[in-house]
Amino acid sequence: MSKSKLWNVVGTSVHKVDGAALAAGAPLFVDDELPRDLLFAAVKWSPHAHARITSMDTSRAEAMDGVHVVLTYKNVPRVMRTTAGQGHPEPSPYDFTTLDSKVRHVGDRVAAVAAETPALARAAVEAIEVEYELLEPVLEIRSALEKGAPVIHDELDAAMPIVAPYEPGRNLAAHVAVAVGDPPAALSKAHQRVTAEYECHYAQHCPMEPHIAVAAPDGYGRLIIRTSTQVPFHVRRIVAQACQIPVRDIRVIKPRIGGGFGAKQEVLIEDLVALLALRSGRPVKLEYTRAEEFTSARTRHPAVVTVDLGLSAEGDVEGMDMKVLLNTGAYGSHALTVGCNCGSKVLPLYKCDHVGFALDSVYTNLPVGGAYRGYGATQAAFAMECAMDEAAAKLGMDPVELRQRNTIGPGDSSPIFKALGEGTEGVEQAIGSCGLAECIARGAQAMDWSAKRQRRDEGRLRRGVGMCTLMQGSSIPEVDLGAASIKLNEDGSFNLLVGATDLGTGSDTVMAQIAAEVLGVTPDRILVLSSDTDVTPFDVGAYASSTTYLSGMAAKKAAAGARRQILEVAARLLDVPAGDLSLAEGMVKGGPRPLSLADVALSSLYAEHQHQVQSVASHVTQKSPPPFSAHFAEVEVDTATGMVRVLKYVAAVDCGTAINPLLAEGQVEGAVLNGIGYALTEEYLFDRRGKMRNPTFKHYKVLCTADLPELVTILVPSYEATGPFGAKSVSEIGINGPLPAINNAIFHATGARLRRSPFTPERVLAALE
Amino acid sequence: MPDGAPATIEVDIIINGKAQTFRVDPAEVALDTLRDAGLASVKRGCDEGDCGSCSILVDGQLMRACLLYTGQLHGREITTVEGLGTARQPHPIQRAFVEAGAVQCGYCTPGMVLATSALLDSCPSPTDEQIRQGLDGNLCRCTGYVKIVDAVRQAAAELRSGRDRSGGDR
Repeated sequence: MSKSKLWNVVGTSVHKVDGAALAAGAPLFVDDELPRDLLFAAVKWSPHAHARITSMDTSRAEAMDGVHVVLTYKNVPRVMRTTAGQGHPEPSPYDFTTLDSKVRHVGDRVAAVAAETPALARAAVEAIEVEYELLEPVLEIRSALEKGAPVIHDELDAAMPIVAPYEPGRNLAAHVAVAVGDPPAALSKAHQRVTAEYECHYAQHCPMEPHIAVAAPDGYGRLIIRTSTQVPFHVRRIVAQACQIPVRDIRVIKPRIGGGFGAKQEVLIEDLVALLALRSGRPVKLEYTRAEEFTSARTRHPAVVTVDLGLSAEGDVEGMDMKVLLNTGAYGSHALTVGCNCGSKVLPLYKCDHVGFALDSVYTNLPVGGAYRGYGATQAAFAMECAMDEAAAKLGMDPVELRQRNTIGPGDSSPIFKALGEGTEGVEQAIGSCGLAECIARGAQAMDWSAKRQRRDEGRLRRGVGMCTLMQGSSIPEVDLGAASIKLNEDGSFNLLVGATDLGTGSDTVMAQIAAEVLGVTPDRILVLSSDTDVTPFDVGAYASSTTYLSGMAAKKAAAGARRQILEVAARLLDVPAGDLSLAEGMVKGGPRPLSLADVALSSLYAEHQHQVQSVASHVTQKSPPPFSAHFAEVEVDTATGMVRVLKYVAAVDCGTAINPLLAEGQVEGAVLNGIGYALTEEYLFDRRGKMRNPTFKHYKVLCTADLPELVTILVPSYEATGPFGAKSVSEIGINGPLPAINNAIFHATGARLRRSPFTPERVLAALE
Repeated sequence: MPDGAPATIEVDIIINGKAQTFRVDPAEVALDTLRDAGLASVKRGCDEGDCGSCSILVDGQLMRACLLYTGQLHGREITTVEGLGTARQPHPIQRAFVEAGAVQCGYCTPGMVLATSALLDSCPSPTDEQIRQGLDGNLCRCTGYVKIVDAVRQAAAELRSGRDRSGGDR
């Protein structure tokens, strides 16, 4: 930790800049600040998994007193697009329009209304009469590509906006196949072969704040949208597209956000409030219910992942092949990129010259997949890390030793970095910082791995330990842009405006720390504003583990620009060369007399050479340096009931420099507990017609304090030369570990290998038999 | 109801020490009334009593505002976090949440703070197990609860020492 001594603010767990206001319950969220004359929106949802609307009668709804607008496919522009909040052009199929004459899953949109009260809006939705022609649904991922399967996107105008395979006529939303070296040859001549198929399931992000957006026409004819989003700039662009109005007519404001985890990387409801506000001339609010979050927001794409490993007798990985069948549900949101990430964020972890990867993302008439923390790496790490555990068992090796032998290290590269990017080719890179070896060593020690690995229980309750290793990325190289601007105020404080989107992670605090470090002030002198498309510079938004690494560098560059200007002003005032001066403790140091930042500001604003000290900077990266992690789980399996209890969980993570260690730990802990819930309890249950049977927290079990195991987080320091003060990402990687680590621990405890998640008592019992 | 106009009822509630009178539909739930009254800390997370985001203290008891009719609060004393402290002058529990890193998105935080207050009222020196049981009706998706448990421990210690300093009235 000697690096932290180099800095005053970076590497310190300063309090979250918005923490005190949030703990005081201040009105900081979308629903806390509503305009006057607000109308309330409600959406009519499809009760059918697959159907064509044959008639729709809205006359009763429209005649209701206090109902202002009823939107159907007949009166909104048909603009094929995606709801995926990605950069332009989005690498997701344009298979969605605001309202369509066909419905493709239970919970798909049918109509939307705006009315004087929420109750009236709901009543109006009920009063809309719809007749459907029922179509046969596709409810099983493996049957989607079968010849003769019902075609879900039979509309003629669905298309892929980038050059990539797209065959909606056979329910194929995305397809990728790459190979480096000669994987079949390497696999066939390997001493030991493991072929394993693992299937993981639907899950929802469950941010405590459901999706909510308010659109309000302002006096100038523009539309102001306050929304709970991770991607304000993409919201602006995609709403403009949906409503067929110019980008300049829309302003998107992101206040405090009640959690996102990828759910809010979707332009999910802003199009509806925008259209309803434009038609009614009144502000309109739409807020999802918890049930709607489950059925009509986005989910983790379920996947069937097959891994084929070839190893030498000594345990060297000589060939790898991964085949992913990804269920994107009714629309192809992130279908290509989540699929690509299955390979690109998992395969490079192991040194190997012969690697194959293939993806089929398929449409089904089930809930829509989307961005979810982990973003494909979760699904694929489950298969890969369990297959590695199988390989270790076959070779009679300790799983830790197998990882130590094969994992990538500093200076290494992987051919997959170049072969596989975001739907297209990737970017070649060599690993800079890598603390994985230390993560493995310290994690194993914290778990008391060697001793616990020896244990063999014979009774009803059996304990076991399992582990896995992980990597992710930090931003999308040569794609993502982050920008920031900063200006000096009269009291020596600064306004830091960032497009980077704090969704509760603490990124505003991290940005403040980075700028404060450069400017030699305490973080409370940095007033961070995120994000407002009229005010803050562009940023792609909070996704792809990019904010600290990418946007943090933009903040650092902007602060450095302001620092240069301050030193120039100070040099004139003190009559010394700027090169002799520096900034620390809110003062200009190195001159003949004390000079504060306030003195500099007052001089530059009111006295000589008057100008605003202000700087703006952009940042794009050439690399996506992976954070690395090793996870260790200890479980107790009740062999009579099949109940699995996690007793202890250790996550050791290398995120480069932790700008704020307490916040970094919080990211790991939150991700890990979410992952444990995904592994054990969280599950969509469907009826035979594709309707989710359990869209409530009563029946979709999110873990609470009573379920908390002993959870140990170890931050392993490294220094990533391309990141701000050595930082890499930390937010996503932690969620990828629990599925494989717990499954491997169950295997160690019982000898039973589960191939489908979640590991419910029923599945565990079945595996034990 | 004739002419579709529902009868309203008058409800007197003391909110954070201030007496207020509401005229509401008998079917109105407290979550809506309190939010309409400007109490932004009472958050809507599920409307079904499952998440605890709308927790309030009713005569010192932790309850969910989404499961209460406003009429049930007649004559009761309500506490929300607005009544505990402000950003500039936080209550020790609020301060502990910030210092321990227990606040991420902050949406569940008001409910967690009130659950902590109710717990520490009845159990000033809770074990970790008691903390986990005491807060298990409040969901948080950001933190993994580790730092929330830390915060409760820290708040308990601070409140105990505060009471010691003030002569130990408990």
